[in-house]
Amino acid sequence: MSRSGEQHRSPVASHHALERIWETKPGWGRLAAVNHNTVGKRFMLTAIVFFAIGGILAMLIRTQLASSKSAFMDAEQYAQVFTMHGTIMMFLFAIPFFEGLAIYLLPKLLGTRDLAFPRMSAYGYWCYLFGGSMLIVALLGGVAPASGWFMYTPLSSSVYSPGINSDVWLLGITFVEISALSAAIEIMVTILKLRAPGMSLDRMPIFAWYMLVVATMMVIGFPPLILGSMLLEMERAFDLPFFDPTRGGDPLLWQHLFWLFGHPEVYIIFLPAAGAISTILPVFAGIPLVGYRIIIAALVSMAFLSFGLWVHHMYTVGIPHVGLSFFSAASALVAVPTAIQIFAWLATISHGTPRFSVPMLHIFGFFFVFVIGGLTGVMLAMVPFDWQAHDTHFVVAHLHYVLVGGFVFPMLAGIYYWLPHISGRRPVQHLSHAAFWMVFIGFNVTFFMMHLTGLRGMPRRVFEYPPEAGWEVLNFISSMGSFVMAMGFALIALDFILIFRFGRPFRRNPWRAGTLEWAMPTPPPSYNFASLPIVDRRADLLEPDRLGPLLASGQGYLGFTRNGRMELLGVEIVSGRPEQVVILPHRTYLPLVAALTTAAFFLSILFKLYWLAPLALAATIIVFLGWTRDTALNHDTGLLAIGHGQALPSHIQAERPPSWWAMVFAIIADITAYVSLLFGSLFLWISAPNWPPQQGLEVGSAVPFAVLAVALGTIVLAGRMASASGRCRAGWLYLAVLAHAIAAAILVWLALFVAPDPRTHAAAASAFVVLLYAALHHGIGTVFAGYGIWQIRKGFVSDKRNLDLRLGEIWHTYSALLGAISALFPVLLAGLISGGSP
Amino acid sequence: MLAGSILLFLLVVGLFLATVFVPRFGRSISPRNWIIGGGIFLPLPILLALTFYALWQGEYLLRGGGGFPLQSPLRVEAHGTMWQWRFSYPDIRGATPTSGTLHIPTGRTVEIRVSSSDVIHSFWVPRLAGKIDAIPGHTNYLRLRADRPGRYGGVCSEYCGTGHAGMRFVVQAHTQEDYLAALAEEGGR
Repeated sequence: MSRSGEQHRSPVASHHALERIWETKPGWGRLAAVNHNTVGKRFMLTAIVFFAIGGILAMLIRTQLASSKSAFMDAEQYAQVFTMHGTIMMFLFAIPFFEGLAIYLLPKLLGTRDLAFPRMSAYGYWCYLFGGSMLIVALLGGVAPASGWFMYTPLSSSVYSPGINSDVWLLGITFVEISALSAAIEIMVTILKLRAPGMSLDRMPIFAWYMLVVATMMVIGFPPLILGSMLLEMERAFDLPFFDPTRGGDPLLWQHLFWLFGHPEVYIIFLPAAGAISTILPVFAGIPLVGYRIIIAALVSMAFLSFGLWVHHMYTVGIPHVGLSFFSAASALVAVPTAIQIFAWLATISHGTPRFSVPMLHIFGFFFVFVIGGLTGVMLAMVPFDWQAHDTHFVVAHLHYVLVGGFVFPMLAGIYYWLPHISGRRPVQHLSHAAFWMVFIGFNVTFFMMHLTGLRGMPRRVFEYPPEAGWEVLNFISSMGSFVMAMGFALIALDFILIFRFGRPFRRNPWRAGTLEWAMPTPPPSYNFASLPIVDRRADLLEPDRLGPLLASGQGYLGFTRNGRMELLGVEIVSGRPEQVVILPHRTYLPLVAALTTAAFFLSILFKLYWLAPLALAATIIVFLGWTRDTALNHDTGLLAIGHGQALPSHIQAERPPSWWAMVFAIIADITAYVSLLFGSLFLWISAPNWPPQQGLEVGSAVPFAVLAVALGTIVLAGRMASASGRCRAGWLYLAVLAHAIAAAILVWLALFVAPDPRTHAAAASAFVVLLYAALHHGIGTVFAGYGIWQIRKGFVSDKRNLDLRLGEIWHTYSALLGAISALFPVLLAGLISGGSP
Repeated sequence: MLAGSILLFLLVVGLFLATVFVPRFGRSISPRNWIIGGGIFLPLPILLALTFYALWQGEYLLRGGGGFPLQSPLRVEAHGTMWQWRFSYPDIRGATPTSGTLHIPTGRTVEIRVSSSDVIHSFWVPRLAGKIDAIPGHTNYLRLRADRPGRYGGVCSEYCGTGHAGMRFVVQAHTQEDYLAALAEEGGR
C-alpha cells in the first residue's frame, strides 16, 4: 500500500475490490442502487412495461373503431383511453427509454465508470416510476386525464374538467419531467466532463454528440411545459385566470407553451434513435461513419430549427397567413439536416462491405417507415394542405410513421445490437426475423390506411362514426393490421426472453465494433473499466479486443482502489486532457427517500392538502442536503496519483468540477422557465381579449423597493465575500440569510397585499406569479446560505475546499437578479397597460 | 405532391436496398457527393418550389377560392358550443339563426365568422374549405364557396369533450334564387 492509499492488485483481485465499491447489493440493497448499469436497465425495463400498457390501450382504440356499430366503450372511457395512450407513449415510454439507454451506454462509450451524479439518476428513476404509477393508478380508477395528450384548455380547465383527471396529468407529468430534466443535466455534464483521457470533443463517439445535442434541447425545451403545467394547475386550483378569456387570459397561451416544448420533443425523441443508427450502421457496413463532422453540423442546425417551428401545430388557430408562411418554410427546411443524415448513412453503406443481421433489418424498417413519415411531414408543413389534413387521421398516420419509424424501429435495432452487451448472449436468429416482419407489415397495414381515412374526412378522437361516412372498410383494415402488429411485439418480447435464456455466450465484441463499450467483459461489471483507457484517435475506430485485456489488467489510468472511494477522471472540456479526480458518492437509500417525499409533495397538491405540501418540500430539501455529506472532506488533500506518473487535484479542490457545470445548466433551465413566464405575460397583453384590466396594477410606494434594492445588493456582496478567501465567511453568510429572508418577505408582501387580487385578471395573476417565482428563489437562497454556514461549522470549508460556497455564490447572484427583474416587471406591465393595448 | 413523394420514397428505399445488396453499388460516388447531392441539392429546390406554391395557394384559398372578389362576400356567423353549431346571418335582413344547418348561396364567396364561448372547437366542411378553430375569446374568419347546390357534411375537428364525435352539421347550398326562400322557410318553422 502506497502512502496516499492506492492499492494495486492482480486483475482478479482488482475486479473483486472494485466490485465491492461499485456494485448494487442484493435484496433490500437493490433499493439503494445508484450504479448507472442498474439504473439504466431499470429505466429501459420500466419504459417497456409502460409501452406494453400504452399498446394495450391502442388495441382498445382499434377495437372500438373497427366498426361503426361498436358499443365497446362510451365517449368518456374512450377519451381517457386515447389521452392515456398518447401520454404514456410520449412521456412514459419514449423519453425514459432513450434516457435509460443513454444512462447505460454513455459512461461505457466515453470510457468512464459512471455518470456524473449517480444519486441524481437514481432519484430521477424513482420520480419517473412514482409519477408514471400515479397516472396508471388513475387510469385503473377511472379518473385518468381525458382532454387529449396535449391537454388543450379550456377543455382541461376546472370548468369543463371538474374532476381530478386533469390534475393527475399536470402533476404526474411534471413529476416525471423532473426526472427528464435532471437526467438531461446529468447527461450534459457527463459528456462534457467525464470522458476518457485524450478523448477530445472531435474524437467523441457520435452517439455522445447526439445525446449532447438532445440533452441541451431538453434543458431548454422542457421548462416551458413545466411552467405551462404549473400555470394551468394554479388556474385549476386557485382560480388564477391565465387561460380564461373572460378575465384577460388566453387558451392560445397554453398552445404556445405546450408546442414550444412539444415540437422540439419530436426531435428529442428522434435524435437518440438516429444516434443509435449512426453507431450501429457503420459497424454493419464495416467502415467508420462517413461525414462525422457534417452530421454534427446537421444535428446542431436541427436543434436550432426545432425551436422555430412549433407554430406548425397551430396553423388553424387564426394566425395571419404571412406569419404561418415563416413557420412553414422553417418546417420544410428541417428536412435538409434529416436528408444529410440519411445520405451520410447511405454513403457509409455504399463505401463499406455490408453484412445483414437483425439490427440491420430494423434499420431497413426505419428507412422505409421514417421516409414516408418525413414526406407526409413536408406535406403537412404546407399551410393549405394542413388546413385540410389537420386534426384528421392523416395526422395520426403521419405522427405514427415519424415516431415508430424514427424511434421504435431504430431502438429495436439498438436493443438487438446491445442486448448481447447487457445479457452476455447472442441473439437466436429465426424468431427475430418473423417478429420483425409481423411488426413491419402490421404497422404499415394499420397506419397507411389512416392516411386515406383522414383524407376522406375522418377527424381524430371520435369514438364513433356514422356508417354512411364511408370510413368503415379502411378502419377495419387498420384494426386488423394493428392486431398483427401487437402479435409481432409480443413475439419480440418473447425473443428477448429467449435470448437471455438460450442465447449463445460469446467471448468479446460480437459485432466487431470499434467503440469502447465492447472493451469490457459482458455482462459488464458495475465499474465498467478496471482502469480507464487512453484515447488517441476517434473513439469509434478503437480496438476493443486488444484494449479490453489491457484495461482489465490495470494498465490504464486509475487502475487501483483508494480508500474505498468511487473515483474517475474529469477532463478539460475541449481537449479531453485530464484535470481532476472526480469522487462519486456511494450507494444509498436517500434518492428513494427523496423521491418518496417528492411524491408526498405532488400527492398533497393533487388531493388539495395544501398544508402538507410545504412540509413535504422541506423534507425533500433536507434529504437532498443529506446527500452531500458522503464526499465532503474536513482537510485539504494534495494531488492524487492517477497512474502513469501523473497526479491531479480532487474535484472538491478543482476550479470547474462537474457540480459547477450542473449548477450552470440548472440555472439555464430555470431562466428558460422564467423567460417563458415573462413572455407569456407579454403575449397575453398583445393577444388576449379583455385587456386592459379594469383595475390597474397598483405597485405601491418607493420605500419597499428601496429596501428590496439594498437587500439584493447585500445578497450579491455577501455571496461573493463568503466564497472569496478570508475570515468571517460565516458572518457574511448570516448576512446573506437575513438579506434573502428580507427580499423574500418583501416580494411575498407585494404579491399578497399590494398587487391586485390575482383572481380578477390575468395581468394581476402574472404579476403575482412573477413575484412569487423570485420569492421562492430567495427562499432557496436562504437554504444555500444556511447550508454554507453548517459546512463551515463542520470544517468542510477551506480556501481550497470552497466549492459549495462558490455554487452558493452563483445562486445568490442569480436570485438577486431575478428579484430585481420580478419587482420591476409589474411596473413595466402597468406602464404597458396604461399606454394602451398594442 | 403525392407523385413526388412516391418517387422520393422509392428513391431512398431503393438506394438503401441497392447499397446493402448490390456489391460495390454507389462506391464510385464519393461520400462527399453522396451527402451534398442527396442531403442538400436533392431536397432544397423541391422544398423551395413547394413552399412558394403553398404560399400562393394559401393566399388563393384565403380569398375564398375565386379571383379577386368583385362583390363583397356574404357574411355569416358560426358559433360553436358543446356540442352543436349555431349559425346566424347578419347580412340577410330578418333571417333567423339556425342550428345544425348552415344555408349558403352558390356561386358567391361566403365569409364565416367563427367563434366559441366554451371550449375550442374547429369548423370544417371537408369538401368546401380547410378548417379554422373556434377559440373562446377570439374570432376567426374562413372563406368558402360552393359552386353547386347540395348538402355538404361538416364536422367539429378539434376534440371538445364527450360530445365531440356527434358535433356534426350540414352546409346546405342553394341557388341564388332559392336562397332567401330557404332561409325564410327555416324562420317559419
